[in-house]
Amino acid sequence: MALLQISEPGLSTLPHQHRLAVGIDLGTTNSLVATVRNGISVVLNDADGRALLPSVVRYLPDGEVQVGEGAQVAQNEDPANTIVSVKRFMGRGLRDIGDVSGSPYRFVDSASTGSGQGPGMVQLRTVAGVKSPVEVSAEILKQLRLRAEAALGGELVGAVITVPAYFDDAQRQATKDAAKLAGLNVLRLLNEPTAAAIAYGLDNASEGVYAVYDLGGGTFDISILRLSRGVFEVLAANGDSALGGDDFDHRIYCWVLEKNNLPPLGAHDIRLLLTRARAAKEELSDHAETRITAVLSSGEVIDNVLTQHDFHEMSRNLVARTMQPLRRALRDAGLKADEIKGVVMVGGATRMPQVQHAVAEFFQQAPLTNLDPDKVVALGAAIQANVLAGNRSGDDWLLLDVIPLSLGIEIMGGLTEKIVPRNSTIPTARAQEFTTFRDGQTTLSVHVVQGERELVADCRSLARFELRGIPPMVAGAARIRVTFQVDADGLLSVSAREMTSGVEASVVVKPSYGLSDDEISRMLQDSFSHAEADMRARALSEAKVEAERLLEAVAAALAEDGGLLSAQERAAVDARMDALRARLAGDAASAVKMATDGLNLATAQFAARRMDASVKRALTGHRLDELDV
Amino acid sequence: MAASPIDLGSAKTRLQQDFFQLFGLTARFQLDSTLLDQRYRALQTQVHPDKFAHLPEAERRLSMQWATRVNEGYQMLRSPISRGRYLLKLHGVDTQEETNTAMPVDFLIEQMEWREAVQEAMQAREISVLEALESRLSHQTRVLQEQLGDKIDVAQDYIAAAGDVRKLRFLEKLAEEIASAFDEIDN
Repeated sequence: MALLQISEPGLSTLPHQHRLAVGIDLGTTNSLVATVRNGISVVLNDADGRALLPSVVRYLPDGEVQVGEGAQVAQNEDPANTIVSVKRFMGRGLRDIGDVSGSPYRFVDSASTGSGQGPGMVQLRTVAGVKSPVEVSAEILKQLRLRAEAALGGELVGAVITVPAYFDDAQRQATKDAAKLAGLNVLRLLNEPTAAAIAYGLDNASEGVYAVYDLGGGTFDISILRLSRGVFEVLAANGDSALGGDDFDHRIYCWVLEKNNLPPLGAHDIRLLLTRARAAKEELSDHAETRITAVLSSGEVIDNVLTQHDFHEMSRNLVARTMQPLRRALRDAGLKADEIKGVVMVGGATRMPQVQHAVAEFFQQAPLTNLDPDKVVALGAAIQANVLAGNRSGDDWLLLDVIPLSLGIEIMGGLTEKIVPRNSTIPTARAQEFTTFRDGQTTLSVHVVQGERELVADCRSLARFELRGIPPMVAGAARIRVTFQVDADGLLSVSAREMTSGVEASVVVKPSYGLSDDEISRMLQDSFSHAEADMRARALSEAKVEAERLLEAVAAALAEDGGLLSAQERAAVDARMDALRARLAGDAASAVKMATDGLNLATAQFAARRMDASVKRALTGHRLDELDV
Repeated sequence: MAASPIDLGSAKTRLQQDFFQLFGLTARFQLDSTLLDQRYRALQTQVHPDKFAHLPEAERRLSMQWATRVNEGYQMLRSPISRGRYLLKLHGVDTQEETNTAMPVDFLIEQMEWREAVQEAMQAREISVLEALESRLSHQTRVLQEQLGDKIDVAQDYIAAAGDVRKLRFLEKLAEEIASAFDEIDN
């Protein structure tokens, strides 16, 4: 473990002490980690110089786990225990995945266990036991964390993890949990197209409205952003979280089945042909035709030639499926295609010429491809991570992102009542009042859903909770206020309050995948070490890092705005700071934590006043700004 | 870090200001939308959670409250109908959009005709007809918004203004129907 840097008490730490932070693109097919070094965003390669980590995890009988290339090589020989494209299963139940007959995995539908109130997430039976997609993703993330720590020579302060813009709440929450499980401090979940826009926007110093067309291995996103004077404002996002390059592979796979009149195949043959299909797809990006050869386990030899023309024909409706979200996003943004200044292409699947043609035709302009579509998301995420870690205070730019799908609750008749409309800028809070349906009704059941459809059955069910103890009243007399709060990660929490009695209930929306919070924290600890001494050392080091961060923040705040405190208030804060510094010399994690909480409490008023002052400055200082527009 | 209770204390004064005060604007219907945009960005630059991600939990939470409030205010003031509704609320007038259904007969008839036209265009999949309806609707909306502005800012007849907000709500629903008709044709 790297040594912690602790500044001398009383001295504020160096203002530009660099905090190690990374951006991670957790992709369906490949994953990457990037960081900002010397002001430039760079992808971190593995020891063999490879940037892309295949998002493949293989579980071995002895409990060993292979991640990346090693696992990918084994996918044809051990398909059931080698998990590819796990991102497709994140936050998803067995029902969502649909037809599993063509899949080499053994699925287990997880019941609503643990702390989750939401629908169960699918799990996979492997030779090493049942694994949830969260655990599988955590293996990939852990690998990237180790790569980054080795490359940067220290522990990470935190990471920005990217998610498809069109990911719903369950998928986002699952991603955040996977990162926690991998031992990462999540600074922010960032939408992939937005990350790409940051990489492009800062690179090209562009102004205007841009579209980001992001076709990855398993997800499709379209985002419309306005870039102006250092502000990235997402106007609308749309997409399809179950459409990507994998589907193009599948078309070729089905074509091979048909062409050769093949019977239903075993897991091994399915995986083999899918691998060949992917290779054929990639070849067809710059060749007029390609040859697909394979020897099946039956001994049958496959040898077909696929032309670019035929491939384009068979994948025509997949490309067309991306156009509908595109039109919707434009309509939501209130814009026409010709008002878009540039189109950024992201994701390996945008290398396919038929995709590029379709996009160029729609926007009547050639899309921008000057940054590597495989790397641009990670590069943008690293830039954001660097800012969030507090490394760049002078260079001011701001990111305003939106929630992709409407959030609401179920009302009488199985209908959805939208509370937060899609494309609301986050963080956001919305409240709405409801009432009881029956006389004397004392319980109200709140069913939280996400989606655009009118019927609850067509939307995603996120959580259910009950508000109990409503005083008996005639139907329609109770006033129940349901409040939705969406944070800057796009994650939702919901509370309900009966206004006349003050009865309350709330829930942090969390999908269930057989892992409770306790289980996650146990697994997290296990992943570091089994030795209790190590765990204690880690708890202490974490508490100290947190305390240091707070002391540093308070010292900086006092230097800047100390005048906002009376002498008496200042003395109280100083006393708490001294108390915390004294605890830092010791080795009791709980004492450090308590003193940290104490200082937090003592500075809450101060923080509120500073916020007030900075808001005031923002308004009064603005007159000057207006002049130089 | 463990969550600690926050006493917002004096911050409540600013956080609880009305939205016009929050953005440093005069409480009027007529509003300089460029100025609103600029103020919005200036405020978010100060309070957005991205500026606080490296700071302690208590400040992160404060930042989320502020950024949420600023987003809410921007949303409220940017759209003319919600700005009108909000101004009337500040003047103690409830727009009664759910309860007061006493609309002028000619207005209601016109609404029904609009709706039929949208349905017909949707069934016939005539995008150009829908587009024409959309632009007529947005013209009518602008005219009504101007009337609303006069009633609030000039005549200060808030009861009559509430009637205009109710009418605008009808037009807003119609716009939503046109949008979903476009979606329907797209499917």
